[in-house]
Amino acid sequence: MSVEEVALEVKGDYVRQLAAKGMRQDKRKMDEYRPIKVTPNFIPHALGSSYVELGKTKVIAGVSMAVGTPYPDTPASGTLMTGAEFAPIASPLFESGPPRPAAIELARVVDRGVRESKTIDFDKLCITEGEAVWMVMLDLHVIDYDGNLFDSSSLAAISALLNARIPKYEDGKIIREETSGKLPVSKKPVECTFAKVGDVLMLDPTLAEEQGMDARLTVATTEKSICAMQKGGSGSFSLDEVEGLIDQAFKKGKALRKLL
Amino acid sequence: MGMKSDIQLIKDGKRLDGRKPNELRDITIKAGVLDNADGSCYLEWGGNKVLAGVYGPKQCLPRHLSNPYKAVLNYRYNMAPFSVDDRKRPGPDRRSVEISKISAEALERVVLLEKFPETMVDVYVEILQAEAGTRCAALTAASVALADAGLPMKDMVTAVAAGKIDGTVVLDLNKAEDNFGQADVPMAVLQHSGEIVLLQMDGDLTQKEFHQAATMAIEASKKVYELQKAALKDKYKERGSK
Repeated sequence: MSVEEVALEVKGDYVRQLAAKGMRQDKRKMDEYRPIKVTPNFIPHALGSSYVELGKTKVIAGVSMAVGTPYPDTPASGTLMTGAEFAPIASPLFESGPPRPAAIELARVVDRGVRESKTIDFDKLCITEGEAVWMVMLDLHVIDYDGNLFDSSSLAAISALLNARIPKYEDGKIIREETSGKLPVSKKPVECTFAKVGDVLMLDPTLAEEQGMDARLTVATTEKSICAMQKGGSGSFSLDEVEGLIDQAFKKGKALRKLL
Repeated sequence: MGMKSDIQLIKDGKRLDGRKPNELRDITIKAGVLDNADGSCYLEWGGNKVLAGVYGPKQCLPRHLSNPYKAVLNYRYNMAPFSVDDRKRPGPDRRSVEISKISAEALERVVLLEKFPETMVDVYVEILQAEAGTRCAALTAASVALADAGLPMKDMVTAVAAGKIDGTVVLDLNKAEDNFGQADVPMAVLQHSGEIVLLQMDGDLTQKEFHQAATMAIEASKKVYELQKAALKDKYKERGSK
């Protein structure tokens, strides 16, 4: 066990003691986000990008596009691929190498929030049916890690997609310098993550709070509906707790959407 | 979820396979089917055929992954190449890594791992034939296999999915419903405490629809739980009659 892991375990215990008294390390309310800053188009060379700070957590999302063959069952639709990298620069807890289960889970939960909200009109990404479609590649790059990568990454993702442009495509060639319009994105799905520490439910857990938590629940919402959910951790929720958190996710989601 | 189609999934209140909205597919469970594994289970759930095997508690390898306070639980959800129409490339893909992660977390809630520090428990689930709802079938089978291995557990984990097709909330989606439906909510619950230990959702649901789907899945899990218990009892009955 590394020194960092031991230190984190101590912090996790501290967070649990605080939570039992109804308190948080940074004096936040249980339903309060850390300060959030969204900087769209952070990497102007990318087709779409965004840089999000959520407290000390920092994430960059980038959009790239390529032309490829569609899946046989959806010959007239473009595709989306989401990847996440926990770059070792972001934390002493991250190591270089192939993505670990946590990074895979992050990418898939962010992907699900975007995909299931139907915010991207994939039919408009068809170039020639059955032959050529735009493949949207969404890459999440964690650069400083202090917990709640789900909310920060999904916010960066939708922000990057909202400012993404489609390059021009002529005679089988992509002309990156010219654009043929914006990526067709219509909704703003956002994710809210709650941690359960003992019996206490708290929004937007920090790394120490994630260490101390029993379970977490991420709820992705659009204005009207839930589009994805994911429970994690070895603890559990009652149905009442889940429904209460969904309710909160709708309320907090509204505030998040205003940042986009 | 949500591939476009003109297929009508509900006709006259009945689904394509003749089920009512709140009806499960046929489920059969058999415990103790493998010789080498410490515990095992074979489960059929509609067209799903799933085999779960448990090894352990045993020495934790590699050593640095061992935990001085409790056993490490490893869960491997694996689809056989022939389990789906288009051959599945062998080995873990991103989907199975995610399913394995959340399924392990669900089981960690019930297995008394703190009784076996410095060891590990391996749970292997092979999906031999897949027809929607494999993660629930797999977790339900894994829970029986763990009990069959004699591991002390607080409760059984019972997993059932609910979802939405043609605007109606239904239980236990089949393949067509999974492909063309509007939402899928896999859940795992503990019978005695009502705790939810696995919850995912994708698609489009209102709060009201989620409530309906979750209640439906929890209600149905009671039936599946009875089948899990019966499978474990049957194993000993069979032994006694030999």
